[in-house]
Amino acid sequence: EWSAGKTVKPPDQLELTEAELKEEFTRVLTANNPHAPQNIVRYNFKERAYKPISHIDQTAIHFSLNGNLILKDSDEGRRQSLRSGNASEKAPVETSAEASEGSGVKDEGSTEDTQAAEGAETAKAAEAAEEEEPPPTKEKERKLANQFNFIERSSRTINNPLRERASQSEPTPCKNFSGNANQWVIYDAYIEEVQKMEKSKEKEKPKAQTAKKEEKGKKLTSLESQSDDITKISNAAKIVERMVNQNTFDDIAQDFKYFEDASDEYRDHRGTLLPLWKFQYDKTKRLSVTAISWNPKYKDLFAVGYGSYDFMKQSQGMLVLYTMKNPSFPEYVFSSESGIMCLDIHDDHPHLMAVGFYDGNVAIYNLKKATSQPSYKSSGKSGKHTDPVWQVKWQKDDMDNNLNFFSVSSDGRIVSWTLVKNELVYTDIIKLPAEGTVMQGPEGLQLQTFGCGTSFDFHKKIDYLFLVGTEEGKIYKCSKCYSSQFLDVFEAHHMAVDSISWNPYHLKVFISCSSDWTVKIWDHTIKTPMFVYDLNAAVGDVAWSPYSSTVFAAVTTDGKAHVFDLNINKYEALCNQIVVAKKKNKITHIQFNPMYPIVIIGDERGQIVCLKLSPNLRKMPKEKKGQEVKKGPEVEIAKLEKLLSLVREP
Amino acid sequence: AEVEETLKRIQAHKGVMATMVINAEGIPIRTTLDNSTTVQYAGLLQQLTMKARSTVRDIDPQNDLTFLRIRSKKHEIMVAPDKEFLLIVIQNPTE
Repeated sequence: EWSAGKTVKPPDQLELTEAELKEEFTRVLTANNPHAPQNIVRYNFKERAYKPISHIDQTAIHFSLNGNLILKDSDEGRRQSLRSGNASEKAPVETSAEASEGSGVKDEGSTEDTQAAEGAETAKAAEAAEEEEPPPTKEKERKLANQFNFIERSSRTINNPLRERASQSEPTPCKNFSGNANQWVIYDAYIEEVQKMEKSKEKEKPKAQTAKKEEKGKKLTSLESQSDDITKISNAAKIVERMVNQNTFDDIAQDFKYFEDASDEYRDHRGTLLPLWKFQYDKTKRLSVTAISWNPKYKDLFAVGYGSYDFMKQSQGMLVLYTMKNPSFPEYVFSSESGIMCLDIHDDHPHLMAVGFYDGNVAIYNLKKATSQPSYKSSGKSGKHTDPVWQVKWQKDDMDNNLNFFSVSSDGRIVSWTLVKNELVYTDIIKLPAEGTVMQGPEGLQLQTFGCGTSFDFHKKIDYLFLVGTEEGKIYKCSKCYSSQFLDVFEAHHMAVDSISWNPYHLKVFISCSSDWTVKIWDHTIKTPMFVYDLNAAVGDVAWSPYSSTVFAAVTTDGKAHVFDLNINKYEALCNQIVVAKKKNKITHIQFNPMYPIVIIGDERGQIVCLKLSPNLRKMPKEKKGQEVKKGPEVEIAKLEKLLSLVREP
Repeated sequence: AEVEETLKRIQAHKGVMATMVINAEGIPIRTTLDNSTTVQYAGLLQQLTMKARSTVRDIDPQNDLTFLRIRSKKHEIMVAPDKEFLLIVIQNPTE
């Protein structure tokens, strides 16, 4: 309730003192807006700091209302007035509009200036009329773009019909490739790399060496260029030929490998020779086998020399090499004008063969070369023998590392041939004198006749010692050092000594055979033979076996082969077997194979027969219980020594 | 040349029914059989030889196949592969 004149004190009124009550407070009325903030700060990017604004807006709006009044003369106002549809405005406009329409049509594209030239007012009226004219007709469709003469002209270009045009290129030719990286593919790649590196290294080497290699390379390339398609298959053809032969001769091959004659147990020490292969060649049918030799390196390869022993019928000779793997055709064939009488294969160079001819020449054949002619041949000028060469034997290389071999012939000369710089040079070693034949020639000359050497053999261990057999039946023990004298003479046989051979184990024992039907075993320190065997026919050849010091074999002209084992039977052969088919065929040579238990026997018809020794012929000393079997040469020597000691005179 | 003679000898050997020389692409160069049979043999044996050779060399790369024998009831086929060739011989071993 109001009560006039009374001051009402609220209960929480400030209590002030008199002084404070009288204090004057000045109040100023300014135009500043008390509500406006006084310290607005804005961030200044230039100085990177907040800065107070210099001027703060003091306007305080107390009331605002958005109005909707439009100025009459403005665009919007005019539009509205037109919309409202004032007829009075229209009438005066129409007449001027006709005039201005014409001008407007002419000046459709005219600028402001031309319109302004007509007169500001009239122009404005005309513009207004113009604008009024089109708008009423098109006002619903069109929007006024500008104040001036604006005509929208749109046009549309022809849209080209879309057509899809695709082109397809030819697909690149694809090929499927697949491979396996086997171990050998990798290995082959490495080998190629290594070869390439080696070739590049070779190119760096000095020219002399490269020249040699180029020569070899040229030889190779010339061979390759010669070859047709077919020649390249020679290796495979060889292999297949052997395979075919293996099939055909399958049973023989099986026999060779595995067959052991079981009936030997019942034969009471006697043995047999099992015939295996027969080797023959068309062109040698008329020739007789004059020499056989096994190749020291390839144990299945052997060389056969063909010629003729008949004095009257001398024709060409052949040197043929066979392998047991191919019994139907020889591996190598060489032909010569004169019959071959003997041959020897070098131990260290198994491709070199020394050959002695009936006409006294000697030659060396080289298997590595493709020609069928000998590499080196002696001739009349270079000291050939004047009589057939009966035996040749290779020796160790001399001090200049030249190959050399010895030959013995009926002209009584033992000659050493050395291969010096691609020529055969001869040196007479010994001339064999015939005893007691100093003939009286014309004018009192004393001619010395020479004995005829028919065979010889060199000692295995003592290099200079060798034995020579002659046509008179004597055996001379000679040394390479003494050229005119012998160490010893053995009165061996009554007829020519056909073959001599040292025992492969015992150093003192040798064997000789002769046409006087006997085979004799000697100790070279004793003048008389240890053992004598009479074989009832001229003995063509005798050979020690390589596996036992007491086994040897002999062949006779009646077609028989005899095998002896002194350990078992000192007086009789363990085997007497007819080896050749026809009776008139004489056997000429026999050789043991150094590795397999087979022998090859050559005959007069040019045939070679290969025979396997039955177990009885190959007996090794039996083991005594509790004792070790000593194998090796010492045993063999001891065996023979024991036998010899029985025979020697005390 | 010598090779021709060898091949003739093989063909003339006892029991040999046919010989064929196939080159590296499987095309027969020389044959004693009719064409269709030869082509058949060539294709089949070439694949077999390659497989055999691969087997041998896989086990030991320094080794290589020397020859391949296939013995069947009626005859034996012998294949000797070379660098660029294949030599095939068909033989009847029991004849």
